[in-house]
Amino acid sequence: MIPELRLPQVIGFAFPNDVHIAWSLMIVLYPYLTGIVAGAFVISALYHLFGRRELKPISRFSLATSFGFMVVATLPLLNHLGHPERAFNIIFTPNFSSAMAGFGILYNTYLLILLLEIWFVWRKDIILIARRSRGLKRKIYAALALWTYDISEEALEKDHWAIRVLTAIGIPAACMLHGYVGFLFGALKANPWWSTPLMPIIFLASGMTSGVAMLIVLYQTAMKLGGGRIDSETIASLNRWLWLFMIVTVSLELLEIMTLAYEQSEAWEAIHPLLTTRLAFSFISVQLILGSLIPFILLMISVTMNRYLHDKVRNTLSFVSALLLLIQVFAMRWNVVIGGQLLSKSFRGFRETYAPQLFEKEGILAAVAIFCLAFVALFVFARVLPVFRSLEVPKGEEAEGELR
Amino acid sequence: MESEVTRRWFLKAFGGVALMLGVPAWGRPQGNGGEKSYNWEDFSYVYLIDVGRCIGCGMCVQACKRENMVPDGFFRTWIERYRIGEGGRVEVDSPNGGLNGFSSTIVDFKVTKAFFVPKMCNHCKNTPCTQVCPVGASYTTRDGVVLVDQKHCIGCGYCVQACPYGSRYLHPVTHVADKCTWCYHRITKGLKPACVAACPVKAREFGNMKNEQDPVRKAIATEPVLVLRPELLTRPNCYYRGLDKEVR
Repeated sequence: MIPELRLPQVIGFAFPNDVHIAWSLMIVLYPYLTGIVAGAFVISALYHLFGRRELKPISRFSLATSFGFMVVATLPLLNHLGHPERAFNIIFTPNFSSAMAGFGILYNTYLLILLLEIWFVWRKDIILIARRSRGLKRKIYAALALWTYDISEEALEKDHWAIRVLTAIGIPAACMLHGYVGFLFGALKANPWWSTPLMPIIFLASGMTSGVAMLIVLYQTAMKLGGGRIDSETIASLNRWLWLFMIVTVSLELLEIMTLAYEQSEAWEAIHPLLTTRLAFSFISVQLILGSLIPFILLMISVTMNRYLHDKVRNTLSFVSALLLLIQVFAMRWNVVIGGQLLSKSFRGFRETYAPQLFEKEGILAAVAIFCLAFVALFVFARVLPVFRSLEVPKGEEAEGELR
Repeated sequence: MESEVTRRWFLKAFGGVALMLGVPAWGRPQGNGGEKSYNWEDFSYVYLIDVGRCIGCGMCVQACKRENMVPDGFFRTWIERYRIGEGGRVEVDSPNGGLNGFSSTIVDFKVTKAFFVPKMCNHCKNTPCTQVCPVGASYTTRDGVVLVDQKHCIGCGYCVQACPYGSRYLHPVTHVADKCTWCYHRITKGLKPACVAACPVKAREFGNMKNEQDPVRKAIATEPVLVLRPELLTRPNCYYRGLDKEVR
């Protein structure tokens, strides 16, 4: 059946095929998820590889967060594809002149590194849980430990070495996975709103921002719900990183606009009215003012006056800024992905704002469900393995040898 | 001893099966799916649009819609109307892709020149759409036509974004990328594309660059012609006579 067609309103002149939005809300969501994946991984790397001890309380949690968002990252893509049953064509018949053909390699490489790192980080805990349980649970954890039960000092030292190596190759892998999405947009000469070499860098910087912001929100929420103590050193450090990443992100975003405006290219004649009319709310109000200016000020207070702040004030400033920056990064993804499609390639006009429906296939409900699935994945992970504390080897328990 | 028997049995059995499979293939026409007379090495297709001739009647758009069952709201070819006036004022429109022609609407400036520009896939030699297809479903044939393998396309829409001319769309029913094929099913049988055949004023011409006597080849070789957005270096196989600088 041919779906009912309602043609959108157009200001100026758009090529007749340009009035359809080929990349929907799902393509806004995908880089949002991979950005959080990369950002969370980098925070864990700051502890595991660069020895930032103030981040130790969330080093495991950040890995788990990266994992939770990683396992759902393909869902928006599959939901978007016209033929999801052919999705594996991208792995079996890749056309390497296309940047998108690298998806299978980049996704699977990072997933493999992440899984290996998770195994090494939690190996001791898996073995200890296996030793303390009986029946099926014991068998499952024994399998998770891959039936090796050595937690001697030497073995754990080797684990640490493996974690450092995996982190070192994991950082570029995570950055490639997320940065290449920026490249997909940035290297399209057909669309002046996308076509800039800055795009992968902007995506990466905003990915870091959203990853740190998500960790702040989740860490504080988890501690409140679980009755744990929020480590003030950790929050202060996350605030500094968040401030740094957001400054880099917003500077690059503004730099791109300023360059377009200063060059006075023919594309600017179409982009300028687009930003001030169709994208006025999502770009100027949400991305620039609510999502950038306000958290910039809040984080500036939090970072520069850190030692004078009461823990509660610091946590609140941090939480609010993180929430606003999560909104900012989502707005940025929206303004890039959707904004670029509102603009016609005729450069003479643009279509009305795209409004996803609540119940359609690629609509709001589907997006919310996929986003929430990431939290479900994280919750399940936290039920299986301890994400905040490491289990201690009891005195007298043998470190080496069999499961017993 | 036992292994020798097995080998003999194997050779007998599978030799027989291979022979049976081979028999029906005996005497079948070879190559190009049975089109004995068509050899794509002999063709390099080219399209020439004469802007001065187009009257904006929309026959080409209608013919294309019918020939290729193009869904409503999507276009493999369309016509744009340009009205240019004093002070650099430009008004462009393409109501329903020019399917039903153009009505005489009023613009609020004095028009100094006006013309129609038929548009379609440019079948670029250096095409961005084929470059970005992640699975190789988009490809260029030996005779120079850019096509989509509808059974292999995953419907990601990257080619739609990459085409600077707005020639591609995601088909609302088949959910794969769709575009002008220059009526490949017709041209390989020696016919003209539907739009060329339907044009009452010969604004659209179709030719073969490998045929030395071809009038379109001669026109492109000897007359001033332009392509759309030459700065993008897509090297279109679709040429225009009398193109204005305002046309993108």
